[in-house]
Formats: sequence, structure tokens, C-alpha cells
Amino acid sequence: MAKLLDKIEIPHDRFEIRLSGSGGQGMIFGSVVLCEAVGQSGNKSVVQSQSYGPEARGGASKADVVISDSEIYYPKAMKLDLLLAMTQESLDKYFGDLKDHGVLIIDTSLVTDFPTDEYYGIEFTRLARNEIGSIVVANVMALGAICALTGLFTKEALTTAVLARAPKGTEDRNKKAIEIGFDEAMKIKKK
Amino acid sequence: MANKKKKLLQGNGACVEGAIYSGMTFYAGYPITPSTEIAEGCARLLPKMGGRFIQMEDEIASIAAIIGASVTGRKALTGTSGPGYSLMQESIGYAYMTETPIVIINVQRGGPSTGLPTKVGQADTMQARWGTHGDYNAIAIAPSTVGECLTETIRAFNLAERFRTPVTVLLDEVMGHMREIIEVPEKGDHEVFNRVKPTASHEEFEAFEMTENLVSPMASYGDGYRYNVTGLTHDTRGFSTNRTDESIQKLDKLFYKIENYKDEIFKSRVELVEDADVVFISYGTVSRAALQAMQIARKAGAKVGSIQLYTIWPFDYDMIKKATANCKTVVVAEMNMGQICHEVKKVLDPSKKLETVQRYDGEIITPMELLEKLEEVL
Repeated sequence: MAKLLDKIEIPHDRFEIRLSGSGGQGMIFGSVVLCEAVGQSGNKSVVQSQSYGPEARGGASKADVVISDSEIYYPKAMKLDLLLAMTQESLDKYFGDLKDHGVLIIDTSLVTDFPTDEYYGIEFTRLARNEIGSIVVANVMALGAICALTGLFTKEALTTAVLARAPKGTEDRNKKAIEIGFDEAMKIKKK
Repeated sequence: MANKKKKLLQGNGACVEGAIYSGMTFYAGYPITPSTEIAEGCARLLPKMGGRFIQMEDEIASIAAIIGASVTGRKALTGTSGPGYSLMQESIGYAYMTETPIVIINVQRGGPSTGLPTKVGQADTMQARWGTHGDYNAIAIAPSTVGECLTETIRAFNLAERFRTPVTVLLDEVMGHMREIIEVPEKGDHEVFNRVKPTASHEEFEAFEMTENLVSPMASYGDGYRYNVTGLTHDTRGFSTNRTDESIQKLDKLFYKIENYKDEIFKSRVELVEDADVVFISYGTVSRAALQAMQIARKAGAKVGSIQLYTIWPFDYDMIKKATANCKTVVVAEMNMGQICHEVKKVLDPSKKLETVQRYDGEIITPMELLEKLEEVL
């Protein structure tokens, strides 16, 4: 039979997300919260997997989430629909896994070289430091942006999911981070 | 359905939920990557419900502890990975011989020895059948989703109690750590089998009585029944014997109590094999890559089917023979240097081609690798 590989395509009923950054930026936390937000927003199947062990400490760290309306077979990403890159290293490492015209979200406060013009740039880390006083909420801010750009889950579901997992006393900071991320994304989405 | 409680769980966590659903109240283990979340979950949950969690000094002690707990009437669990599973083998043999129901979850990593602690493998498949010395029959099962980690752990306990035997649940690193949203079952959603207790008088009780289905009712230590538990070959009262007839009877009991009822144990998912030119055979996480590759290939017009083994041991030779009857090529995909492919070969019609996709570098087999193999064999 002539050339099966020329005819295949990745199934359209999968939406594949990768959150990437360096160890400590909360990409794994972000992916877990994202799953729970999607779970609250409907009857979708969700699978999360993450870099594990030495790979997860320092260097590029990643967490993948696959979302579908039907049964998810392969649990890991095949061709990303959305890539969040919080560092230059993670952008360089994973940009090749993003499909053509896939959604690329970059923390432009930490990235200087861009492999494409087709991206949403938000200064998550700078905004988190300046507006909220803590860079640790940059990941939650990015989730706010993903919410605005994809509509995969509601802002309310995201807030509930974040607050259920975040340490006590951080509620206001996290809520503010979601709002800023959402609003910044809406601004560039409209353009 | 719609209002069922849902939870985002890791495979390891779902195993804990399944075990607790089954009535497991005793866990002993020695934490080891990538199974540690099983121990953590049991340590967190068991004390709250009157159960017991013990971290033992090593895996040898852990398996001994759960065998002891089971003999007192508890449903007992341990979780481990390859190195620990190796250490447990001698006492797993003791559990076969003493017909003690226990469940062992082996979250497989790369091996041999310490191998690749944080990476994935499926190279303990044969160890789950032949790991301890001597003649016996083994049960091993392999889930492929987080939801199945829960339901297959329930099945493992049911099989252990039904057949009075150790049951191994084979996970792998990816399966153990991946998270999915699953429905949390309520009481009554799944059957829970509890071991058959003796009704005989204390005087007439024979701990290893030859019953019709070869499984003897099991008295708990403390119930008042007196009997001997030994790893030596023993008679129906549990006392050691050198007699040839009693030795044969004991080993036949161990073997045929499972062999004669293996239809109760077999479980597989057979998809689109009727018209398939190529059929994948796989188990565990790899089955998800196989189903994905099948779906993609079908869409592109290739006739591909898939056989997924949920029960690895006993091996369902008849099902393999039937489900591969119409195809030309079989592709066995596993994360080792070739284990189940040899079982398939035993039964595959010689007119059919046997191909393999194997990975043993600590990474999972991808749908693309399976599609490349299809390209080659179609």
C-alpha cells in the first residue's frame, strides 16, 4: 500500500496544551489547576502528564494537558495546539512541537528571541512583580490569559480551581493575577 | 451519571481509591519511585478509617507484613517498583504456597537493577508470571487509564480473594503519574468479592480442604480455627508432607484452581480485528498509543485492529488465536526487549507475520512509531 504516512493527520478532536518554563515557575501546578477548571466547565476528557524526576528540577520543565470531547487514547501531546513558554529555554526547546498556526503564548519579560511573529506576548513575570508584588503568581496569570484566548474554561471555574489548590492567604493575589492575565489577553486578542 | 462525583487523580492515587473501595485496610510498603504516591495515599487515608499503614524497613518485610495481615482476615496491599518486586519474590512464593490473598502493585520503571528510577518500562511482565521459584499459576493484570487503575485494582482484590492467591497489578511510570478526571464510584457500583469463610466445626476444619473449585474456605487467625501455615508442601490440614500423592495434590490445587476457571480472569479489549490486515497487540500505557495509531490509520484508509490485554496472566491464547485469524500481520508493541511477543508467537498461525515495536530507553512508544511500523508492513 502506498505511503500511509503521507495521508495521516492528527485527530481534530484533541486539544493539546503544553505549559513550559523552568523548574519552580509552577507549570505543573498550573496544569493541574487547568485540568480542574476544564473538568468543572463540562463533560470533557482530560489527561495531564508532566516531566518527572531530575528533568523537572531546573532547566526546562513542562506539563502537558490533552483535552477532548471523546475518549483520549494517547495520553501525551503529539502536536501542540497551544504552547505557553515562560522562558527562552522552554520556547527554544518546545516551539518545534507546536502545530502550524498553533496558539503561542510567551512571557515577553523573560524572552528576547522569537522564532515567529505569530504569538501572544504578555509580560507575566514583570506584571506579577509590579502589579501584585510576587512573581510566583505569574503562572496563574498565564492561566487567566489562556482562559481568555481559548475559552476552554470559564474565569469562574479557573478561580474556583486555583483557590481550591492555592495556600490560604493567597486568595486575593491569585484572583488579581487571573484578572490581569485575562484582561491583558483580551486586549491583544481584539487587535 | 451526570451528578457522580468527579476527581482529578493520578494513576497511583486511583489505585489507592480502588483498594479502599475493595475494603483494603492494611498497607505495608517501602516507598520507591515511581510508586511512592500509593504509599502516600494509603498513609493519608487508612488511619482515618481504622486501617493500618506501616512503612517497613524494606520490601522483604513489607510483603511478609501484608501476608500476615491477610491471614488475620484483612485485605492487604503493597505498592512497589522493579527492585522492590524482585526483593518480594521469595515471599510471593510463600503466598502462592499458603494460598494467601494479597495484591501487589508494581509501577514499572526501567531495569534491570536500579535502572532508570524515574522512567517508564514494561520489562517485569515475565517476572509477574515466573518471578518466584517452583510451579504455580499467576494472575497479573494491567490497566491503561487512571479510571482503570481504580477499577482494575478492585478486580485485583476480587481475584485475589476469589482464588486465594497473590495478584499483581502492573502499572508503569507514565500510568502511575498521569492524571485524569474520573468518576468516583459509590457503594454498589462495583462488585466486591469477600473471601469465603469456613462453616465446618473447629474439629473438622481442614484449612486446605480439596473443594470442588479447589479454593478452600479461609479462616482468619483469631477466629478460633486452629491450623498450620507453612511454605513447606503440606497436606489438607496444613502440615508438611513428603508424600508424593500429597505433593501432586497440592501443586495441582495451586495450578488448576486458576487454570480451570481462567475464563473468569480473562479480560481484553478487541477492536476492529474482523477486516484488519494488521493487528496491534499491547497492554498498559502502550495500548493507548496503539488505539491512537489504529484510529489515525483507519482514517487514512488502512485496515488496522487492536488487541489490548487487561489480563496478562493467565495468558489468553485462544482469544489471540481467534482475534488474529483474519489478519496478515501482527505487531506486538511493548516497552521491553520482547516478552509478550513470545507468548503470541506460541499461538500465532505460522502463515502470519509477527512484527514487534519495542522501546527500552525509558520513553513510551508513540503513535507515530506504530504508524511507521504500519507503513513498513502494510
